[in-house]
Amino acid sequence: MQRFAQSLTILCAVTLLTGTADAKDAFDLKSESFDLPTGDRTFIGAGADPVNNNCLTCHSAEMVMVQPKLSKANWEGIVKKMINVYKAPVPDEDVGPIIEYLSNHPTAGR
Amino acid sequence: MNPFNFEKCGLTRRTLLGGAALGGATILSAPAWAGMVDLPLYGGGGERETTTSFPQKGEMILQRTRPPLLETPWETFDKGVFTPNDQFYVRWHWAGIPDSVNVDTFRLKVHGNVQQELSLSLSELIQKLPKIELAAVNQCSGNSRGFFNPRVPGAQWANGAMGNAKWTGVRLRDLLDSAGVKAGSVQVRFAGLEKPVIDGGPHFMKSLSIDHARDDDVIVAYAMNGEALPFLNGFPLRLIVPGWYATYWVKMLADIEVLDKPDDNFWTKKAYLIPDTPGANIKPGEKDVKMVPINRMVPRSFFTNLVSGAHIKASASNEVRGIAFGGDCGVAKVETSIDGGGNWQVAQLGPDEGKFGFRRWSTAITPSKVGDGVSVKVRCTNTNGEVQSDTPNWNPSGFMRNVIEVIDLVAA
Repeated sequence: MQRFAQSLTILCAVTLLTGTADAKDAFDLKSESFDLPTGDRTFIGAGADPVNNNCLTCHSAEMVMVQPKLSKANWEGIVKKMINVYKAPVPDEDVGPIIEYLSNHPTAGR
Repeated sequence: MNPFNFEKCGLTRRTLLGGAALGGATILSAPAWAGMVDLPLYGGGGERETTTSFPQKGEMILQRTRPPLLETPWETFDKGVFTPNDQFYVRWHWAGIPDSVNVDTFRLKVHGNVQQELSLSLSELIQKLPKIELAAVNQCSGNSRGFFNPRVPGAQWANGAMGNAKWTGVRLRDLLDSAGVKAGSVQVRFAGLEKPVIDGGPHFMKSLSIDHARDDDVIVAYAMNGEALPFLNGFPLRLIVPGWYATYWVKMLADIEVLDKPDDNFWTKKAYLIPDTPGANIKPGEKDVKMVPINRMVPRSFFTNLVSGAHIKASASNEVRGIAFGGDCGVAKVETSIDGGGNWQVAQLGPDEGKFGFRRWSTAITPSKVGDGVSVKVRCTNTNGEVQSDTPNWNPSGFMRNVIEVIDLVAA
């Protein structure tokens, strides 16, 4: 019975899809092209290079800078997630320094 | 003031990618620092620039440029229950957002465990399936994360990662029925045009159960508040899942796949998980908690015409108003209290524009003398009888905040 009901629905919908356009339902969409800003900020200070060289490939800096105060373990978890889950190609030798930089800099939120 | 002392180096995405405009209307981004706001986040750190640099967007609070995280300025919510498209918040996971969408060649695919795969043009979808219109609140799972105590990592939003719009589209069920869902289907998975920036990164996809996908209210929208969706809100098509958090509302929707086994992709299975506890609430540091995918929204209510510290008139009636929503159902009532929650007065409700949308509420407060401090609380009870709590929830992802809001006013 349920199967029969479903077939009926399919028939109706297929009919709808092959039906002719109803002018009153027309809704005009226009092709669009946009240029998005990329974020023009970089990390500075001692140890900033590996952060700029790796992190800014995927995202701009602003959100990192306003994180609440996080422990080194927190930052390590975040950096590892970027590498293991989001596949950020961070060279092994940069991983420690990135965690170090992020853990040692005061962030805006506390 | 930011301790990191940012430097600006003037890159735009176009210069980074070395690409050229693909035709159609191109809106160039102009560097524009419209101003600053100080979001009242827990413990501080809420200073943010505002920006007018994003296409089709007016002044927005900049949480991140790339991929964009733009918060709706709070004043916007006092102007009406529908959030204007040009101030509707924006949240993307990957920076691989297409530069352009050609409406003539765009196709929405429906495939997987179906009798007949579909590849629909926008005009076929718009003209040949029944049109559905509904109002619904779209709210980020992490809206209000910056108020968590203790604070948690993630986008440090205040309350503006939400918006209400009238969505126009077609029922997802009609699309599924056109393709013919085969027996044994368990979930439907959705993907948009957003691409990972890194090879092998998980493509953003979300899934709903087959029953939920066939719900009357789940639609594929081509219009928002009567106009084409803004590019950054998902042009040309967006999945609308009324009553559920925005993570399921896939933007630039291009691919619908019917699955005969549960979706094990990262974004469905491992991201956006909440503790399986009332209010997704646990104690900081609590371990071994069962986690489940975030799902239905919970009731909330806000003040929109006054903020803490505002002066009101003594010995006169002062309007206090705001917005509320029921979560996954309508608003039954909104109440305010001026005695710390001992007694509650029912507020007046504005017109019902749809059970999943914002509802205006208002009340009047008359302080007896100059200098009186008035602390006002507001709470919403939804039509399922669920009421906001006086105790904030906490979880490590900063999801599902819905504590009772309070403002402290002064009679002057």
